Amino acid sequence: MASSPLAGSLAVALAWLVVAGLIPAGNAAFARRFAFPLGALAGVALAAFGLQAVWLPSQTLTLPLGLPDMPFHLRIDPLAGFFLMLLGSVSAGISVYAAGYFGNEPSGRLTLITLQYHVFLASMAFVLLADDAYLFMVAWETMALSSYFLVITDHHLPAIRRAGFLYLLIAHLGAIAILLCFGVLHGGRGDYTFDALRAAQLQPAWASVAFLLAFFGFGAKAGMLPLHAWLPEAHPAAPSPVSALMSGVMIKTAIYGMVRVIFDLIGNLRWEWGMVVLTVGAATTLFGVLYALMQHDLKRLLAYHSVENIGIILLGLGMSMVFIGFGHPAAGVLALIAALYHTLNHAVFKGLLFLGAGAILHSTGLRNLNDMGGLIRGMPKTAFYFLIGALAISALPPLNGFVSEWLTFQAALQATIVQHGVVRSLLPLFAATLALAGALTAMCFVKVYGIAFLGQPREPAHRTPVPHAGDAGSMERYGMAWLAAGCFVLGLFPTSFLLILNRVGVSLTGQGLSEQALAGSGWLWLVPTAAGKASYSPVIFLVVIALATLLAFLLVRRFYHGRVRFAAPWDCGYPEQSSRMQDTADAFGQPIRHVFGPLYRMDRRLPGPEDAEPRYTLKVEDRHWYWLYLPVARAAEFVSSKIALLQQGRISIYLLYSFITLIALLVFVR
Amino acid sequence: MNSAAGIAFQLLQSVFVVLAAPLFLGWVNRCRAWLQNRSAPSILLPYYTLAKLFNKDAVFARDASPIFRWTPYILFGCMWLAAGIVPVLATGLPFAPAADIIALVGVFALARMFSALAAMDIGTSFGGLGARREMLIGFLAEPAMLMTLFTAAFISGSTQLTTIVDTLAHREFALYPSLAFAAVAFLMVLLAENARIPIDNPTTHLELTMVHEALILEYSARHLALIEWAVAIKLFAYMTIGIALFLPWGIANAGDWSALPYAFAALAGKLALAGAGLALIEALLAKLRLFLAPEFLSTAFLLAVLGMLTHFLVNG
Repeated sequence: MASSPLAGSLAVALAWLVVAGLIPAGNAAFARRFAFPLGALAGVALAAFGLQAVWLPSQTLTLPLGLPDMPFHLRIDPLAGFFLMLLGSVSAGISVYAAGYFGNEPSGRLTLITLQYHVFLASMAFVLLADDAYLFMVAWETMALSSYFLVITDHHLPAIRRAGFLYLLIAHLGAIAILLCFGVLHGGRGDYTFDALRAAQLQPAWASVAFLLAFFGFGAKAGMLPLHAWLPEAHPAAPSPVSALMSGVMIKTAIYGMVRVIFDLIGNLRWEWGMVVLTVGAATTLFGVLYALMQHDLKRLLAYHSVENIGIILLGLGMSMVFIGFGHPAAGVLALIAALYHTLNHAVFKGLLFLGAGAILHSTGLRNLNDMGGLIRGMPKTAFYFLIGALAISALPPLNGFVSEWLTFQAALQATIVQHGVVRSLLPLFAATLALAGALTAMCFVKVYGIAFLGQPREPAHRTPVPHAGDAGSMERYGMAWLAAGCFVLGLFPTSFLLILNRVGVSLTGQGLSEQALAGSGWLWLVPTAAGKASYSPVIFLVVIALATLLAFLLVRRFYHGRVRFAAPWDCGYPEQSSRMQDTADAFGQPIRHVFGPLYRMDRRLPGPEDAEPRYTLKVEDRHWYWLYLPVARAAEFVSSKIALLQQGRISIYLLYSFITLIALLVFVR
Repeated sequence: MNSAAGIAFQLLQSVFVVLAAPLFLGWVNRCRAWLQNRSAPSILLPYYTLAKLFNKDAVFARDASPIFRWTPYILFGCMWLAAGIVPVLATGLPFAPAADIIALVGVFALARMFSALAAMDIGTSFGGLGARREMLIGFLAEPAMLMTLFTAAFISGSTQLTTIVDTLAHREFALYPSLAFAAVAFLMVLLAENARIPIDNPTTHLELTMVHEALILEYSARHLALIEWAVAIKLFAYMTIGIALFLPWGIANAGDWSALPYAFAALAGKLALAGAGLALIEALLAKLRLFLAPEFLSTAFLLAVLGMLTHFLVNG
């Protein structure tokens, strides 16, 4: 068994299903003590099998299930192996956390959550293992449905039902596009295995249609602009471990689908496609982070950051398609590696951040940043893990977010080899978008961390103050620690992951990084192109910064006294200070509203000079609702109201319809 | 290059930058005093200030968290790291490949994030105000800075500062129009990132306009001294990056002891001129309103992009 990662992964996926199926109804203790820890263990095993699969040639298996003529085909190759590793390792941390987080749930609900949660995990594994369009779509839909039920866990709240509906709607719009894309690739030959789809020779126009359908369909799941609207609604609605799973892992399966279909099945990449992906990616990145800066609900804010990070991944994928389209596979593989590296990084740190948000919610019942403050004193351990996540997502060295952004920059700097003048000058500008987004993310996480964890506790505006219930429980902390350790490992030893991803690149494009890059890379040095051109050593970086910091500390201690006095804050000597005078989350975003004002839909009410009770209100909304979603919804309603005229509710009318149809068929078809 | 000599050079440069940075600040202050027709303070004044601060008793706000206490040391560590990366005296230092220009920008971003967090730690109104203004300037300056550095990277085909400087220092003398654009953009970013006029005034304590001072309002004694020192090193590092990119002549190779005195002299001359130039800019300009900062920095960004496009046009 040890040499067969495919069988192993299948066993893990089945184990998840078994865990889901075996829970005795109403037995909460079983779910808490066994189901989630077993799920986590299975996740670790899956990560190991995935890692093994990266280094082996691809394996296939046919299951005697499914429709009579269409058995399920399974296949594991380096790309699937990499994503299985992502799924297994990230879900392991989340499952451990979930064991603690769901501890206080009423047992009926908990059993249901446990069932849906593990079906969700297993369906994601099957999406990654599928080798025919049929199994892929079955797994894809199972994934959408199980996550839908998890999102509406609190279905007694109308807002949550609405969020769930929006999610289901957009998920299915995407699924239809993916289905059509498989249809185009299939071209009526009756064989839906990926091998057959891969072998199909498409006309360029049809290939572009397939590309657009796949891009739209998977983009809807990934949360790319303008199909992102469900993300900030559905992710906060779900319980926190589920948000972490959806944001960290599920939207990554959409990236997997995109790479699988566009790079592998369609093949023959064209650079024009790359420019489409780059443009959408840049818009997604900027809008995601700018809207994140406007949020004061912590989980909504994190969801908008997922939109942003999907944009960053798309930037890498787009660059890769441009380079490969122009016939530079080495640079293309570098960009692809950057994109996939960021996929893994985002899964780890966004999972961590959602778990941190869940820990705050769990202990204080707060989601609104404007009600928080000073949490670092009540929950120092959560604060520590959250800080690691915040530094990682802000792309600061030596953590993992920086590595993938650095690789993306290095890919953009290969622009000189592109023959097309306009494209060559545009690529660095897309890199500048990334730089802007990175710096804006840092601003956003200064806001989140500064307002939630630092400063003084704020007086909640709408509710009685909640006493801080203390730090996260031990299971919750283990889950966060696992992902925080992932941030360090991915940040400090990037070369091992570079080599893994290089295998993925080789298996997809037939080419890998240049010889010089591989020769220059050791565990200490990350060299994406050639030594002397670009290199980065996070370990040395961390050691030097830690040594310098420590040395400064020791020198100061050695040569000067260590006397410290404690006093009230100085604050320029103003005597009247209260916790309400601190910045709120909305105040912190004010410079952004000023600079990027036209991008938001703002409704601001200023108090007049005569007001007896002066109030200032500000509402910032997503513009996409108004120019895209609401008009489409109105049009759909209009059309369906016209169609509804057919439905009179009387049996004789319906019989008349059947009669007319029959006559028409007899006349025209015969 | 012999590695023992290389490490000796590395240590020498790191220590030199840390020790010399306040001197450069003293020189700028002295030049500015001359230009403003004041009697100039001693060029050693920054050292006296540091010594005074180190000897005072530290005062903390009661609710200060570990982040507040550790930030001065982290800032100092970050700037020390930057001092080790930038080729100030010599290229080819053994530590240089560990971090390239993008990582260098990352170091400055790390320092900025920690100083903004520390400012918000006490929970005063000025702290939050300073933090959000600092981050505003930061996110405007960072893309412009990267674009400037990318232009230099495109010219030399590398993102390692030491390779860039080697390429630029040992080429035939030729005018690079792209570098001219990049130099202006870099200067603008330098002013913004180091809290100089016209973006911020390092000498102001006027509550409504200050940015950098608002961040460090709650610090005192040795912690304040470390921050001030880190600020001096940051200015020095930016100046030497500018010199390395745009006036690289005279820099030594690591391990080449004979070239060292010449490198020292060249650096001192260039820094003296640069400091005088900085003082002149500060004497001539007035501070901009905060919301003109985006215009100032987007101009810098556009200049940097123009520089890059010029490079593509001229060099095909």
